[in-house]
Amino acid sequence: MNKIFETPLYPYARNRDQDADHPPRHKVIVVGAGPVGLAAAIDLAQRGVPVVVLDDNDKVSFGSRAICFAKRTMEIADRLGVGQAMVDKGVQWNQGKVFFGDRKVYDFNLLAEAGHQFPAFVNLQQYYIEHYLVQRIRTLQADGASIEIRGRNRVTAVRPHDSHTALTIDTPDGPYSLEADWLIACDGAGSAIRAMMGLDFIGRVFEDNFLIADVTMEADFPTERWFWFDPPFNTGQSALLHKQPDGVWRIDLQLGWDIDKTEEQKPENVIPRLKAMLGEDTGFELEWVSIYTFQCRRMARFRHDRVIFAGDSAHQVSPFGARGANSGFQDADNLIWKLQLVLEGLAEDSLLDSYDAERVAAAEENILNSSRSTDFITPKSDISRIFRDAVLDLSEHHPFARPLVNSGRLSLPTVYDGSVLNSGDRLPGADAGTRPGAPCPDAPLGDGFLLPQLGHGFTLLTLNADAPDVVEEAGLTIPRLAVTTDADETGALAARYLGTAGSAVYLIRPDQHVAARMETYDDGAIRAALRRAIGQEYRP
Amino acid sequence: MTSPLILTPNLDRPDDVYAELLAAHDGLTKAQSDALNARLILILANHIGDQATFIQALTKAKGAGSNDRPHDGGHD
Repeated sequence: MNKIFETPLYPYARNRDQDADHPPRHKVIVVGAGPVGLAAAIDLAQRGVPVVVLDDNDKVSFGSRAICFAKRTMEIADRLGVGQAMVDKGVQWNQGKVFFGDRKVYDFNLLAEAGHQFPAFVNLQQYYIEHYLVQRIRTLQADGASIEIRGRNRVTAVRPHDSHTALTIDTPDGPYSLEADWLIACDGAGSAIRAMMGLDFIGRVFEDNFLIADVTMEADFPTERWFWFDPPFNTGQSALLHKQPDGVWRIDLQLGWDIDKTEEQKPENVIPRLKAMLGEDTGFELEWVSIYTFQCRRMARFRHDRVIFAGDSAHQVSPFGARGANSGFQDADNLIWKLQLVLEGLAEDSLLDSYDAERVAAAEENILNSSRSTDFITPKSDISRIFRDAVLDLSEHHPFARPLVNSGRLSLPTVYDGSVLNSGDRLPGADAGTRPGAPCPDAPLGDGFLLPQLGHGFTLLTLNADAPDVVEEAGLTIPRLAVTTDADETGALAARYLGTAGSAVYLIRPDQHVAARMETYDDGAIRAALRRAIGQEYRP
Repeated sequence: MTSPLILTPNLDRPDDVYAELLAAHDGLTKAQSDALNARLILILANHIGDQATFIQALTKAKGAGSNDRPHDGGHD
């Protein structure tokens, strides 16, 4: 077994708060050192907000878990300092095969759009991402940032108050108490914070079980995604084979909801299934096996006054389409700049309600996509199975049926259409992909790319347009990023940001979503858009 | 472009088309027939292309059934 699992990354160490007479108050406490909690903490630290991360463990998560990371996640991770590490280690792939019953029905190539710094997605074990994020925290600490991870610090009580949240924390040295102005609960699907606050999920759609195995193989399988519908080795269910770094293959076998988990996990039951899947003669070693139960559901609200839920603690989806960890990164990306503005007194705390509105809408979209995939993969009625099988049979012969095959729609970031932070679209003729609420698509710019130029705050992006170099409004200083399409060799910048317009001015949020766009700089409109984007023009 | 669903006679030789449809199901089991129908619907849906036209067709098909309105009050 890989050493990465065994080495404590943030071993327990006694901290000064444990000897305090009165519970020390922190601005922000993050509970959970998974990818979402670590990303949130790094974003805070990079913004100069002191943060303490509490985790009941002291190591990376065991086994591969989340493995497919989308471009938007790498873009967010890049702003946090770990994007390139993910690409360097991750496995990139574009090709795949779809099987139905005992036969292959078609091959595909995803043909990812060109002109982006990051690939459409990489496969990478979750523990590597956690490892990179912890390393990044160590670098921030060395640079003097106020960010701490406290291993083996388990929250055992949460008491929300009007002005703060009080926590009791258990450690190997016994319990101690803390207070937080803001608490971010990133403690996963089984969130202890959520349970202790007596909060529950709504919209429980379905439940399913997966046998997840990491295997190392001697066989030289191609770097492709293979998906089976109703294969002979897993009748009536599905299977997925995906490549990860280090010669590790990830196998997901759907088991259905009515199973004996202990029985299914026994090697004498797992190995014959894998042999049937990989071929009798293929040598492999089982590195990790686990049964994963998922439900498709979300909390009614992600913000509960001073306690805010992000990632799996707030919402869960099926694994089809890689919408768990990817959407968790987007949660953190959406939340942290807002929290910074609230902490600095530049925005009312009602700005945090827009986190709730925008990310609840995102969770709904993910649950919808994930439910549709599940309905295709596991037909719920005779007639839905008849249509599903018809689609697969047709897909073998006719390309038109292939877009109907749904083994998971790859995670794309949510456009915050209708958000109260958006201003009206005033750029006729431009692509819908950059409308207010949309995440900025990347594009080549000079020797590099557009997104890394956007920084951590609001940006005024101008294309072929005049504007002041800096706009000061509502206590914020907004730098301008001036670009022209003279040197836009690929045409991607113009296609994505201008369309048929000759010029454009974009107000871009710190999470790289478009707040407003217009053809030429309109001082009054930009200032109003900025106030709107920090919640000042909106009162519920 | 949305093209309105054609609900007036549009087949040159309706008897031939109907006979072809039945002939295609000749000798098939119920399961095979159901599968054939499903494939046919998908091919035709793709041929129509326009979602609004397809939904119109779906709505008209639903509304014309004589045996599938279970709770319409009924009569003895």
